[in-house]
Amino acid sequence: MSEAKKSFLIINRKAPYGSSAARDALDVALTISVFEQPLSLLFMGDGVLQLLPEHIASEIGQKNLSANLAMLEMYDIDRLYVCRQALEQRGIRPADIRLNITLLDQNGIAALIKQQDQVLSF
Amino acid sequence: MTLHLINKTPSESSALSDSLSAVSEGDALLLIENGVYAALQGYAELFTRLPGSVQCYLLEHDADARGLKQLNQEFLPIDYDGFVELSCRYGKVVSWF
Amino acid sequence: MENLDVNGQAIAIDNEGYLRNLEDWSKEAAMQLAQQEGIELTDAHWEILHLLRDFYQTYEMSPAMRPLIKAVAAKLGSDKGKSIYLMSLFPGSPAKLASKIAGLPKPTNCL
Repeated sequence: MSEAKKSFLIINRKAPYGSSAARDALDVALTISVFEQPLSLLFMGDGVLQLLPEHIASEIGQKNLSANLAMLEMYDIDRLYVCRQALEQRGIRPADIRLNITLLDQNGIAALIKQQDQVLSF
Repeated sequence: MTLHLINKTPSESSALSDSLSAVSEGDALLLIENGVYAALQGYAELFTRLPGSVQCYLLEHDADARGLKQLNQEFLPIDYDGFVELSCRYGKVVSWF
Repeated sequence: MENLDVNGQAIAIDNEGYLRNLEDWSKEAAMQLAQQEGIELTDAHWEILHLLRDFYQTYEMSPAMRPLIKAVAAKLGSDKGKSIYLMSLFPGSPAKLASKIAGLPKPTNCL
């Protein structure tokens, strides 16, 4: 493996459970972290819905995404960015989210994307 | 009278907006799967113009699974038995998938 | 479907030898799984196995190597939170081997 590091950004844009997008993004994030590449996650649009705590996913026979997202810090994935407007549109307060997040407005999102070597959107 | 089923979030498809423009007096709306997110407070405005005779429901298992709390009070949570009961009570079901 | 025989009771395992059901795990099942891997379980092994069970309870996933080391360091001290220590207990691929003996699913994204 080459020593050169690339920075990655994973954009989460879909609600959990309705499709496999959220889980696919998590799988890719964990894999990138195993290769020890700098990684940031951005939640925008319906993707912010993934961040609500205390899912009881067993009620619909699925794996609990909120428990898995709490594990990200154990993988040293600690750069979580969230679109402020997407939260506001849905009536979600930043305090509702238990993860350590950084709120971004539109300009902040554009700047974040610009900084990255690779961007993956789910 | 018709039962309208919505299973997408307000922003992932036009399912909700299409259904809202096609609702008649005495119909019912039922949010299931990702549709339950429409009961977040931020979307309350979307439902204010519904005729008063339209009943709104959501499938509580889908809301619990997604960690949803303090939802729009207009929506009555129902379980799977309630879903079956509604499907029987309304002669026609439109799935806006 | 394959089975593991624990005291005359058949327990379902997958084709790589991981338990299919979390609840089927017991002390006896762990000892049998360990024996198949040529490991005799000591107290040092058990504290890692219990830590893994707790990790799964909290996060609903088995950890890869790095988060396992981090969790061990946090709970059992930095002397034990080292790759070399875990390798001495669970040779080869500690995250995979310890998850298997702890009755958990195989860690994904584990190289």
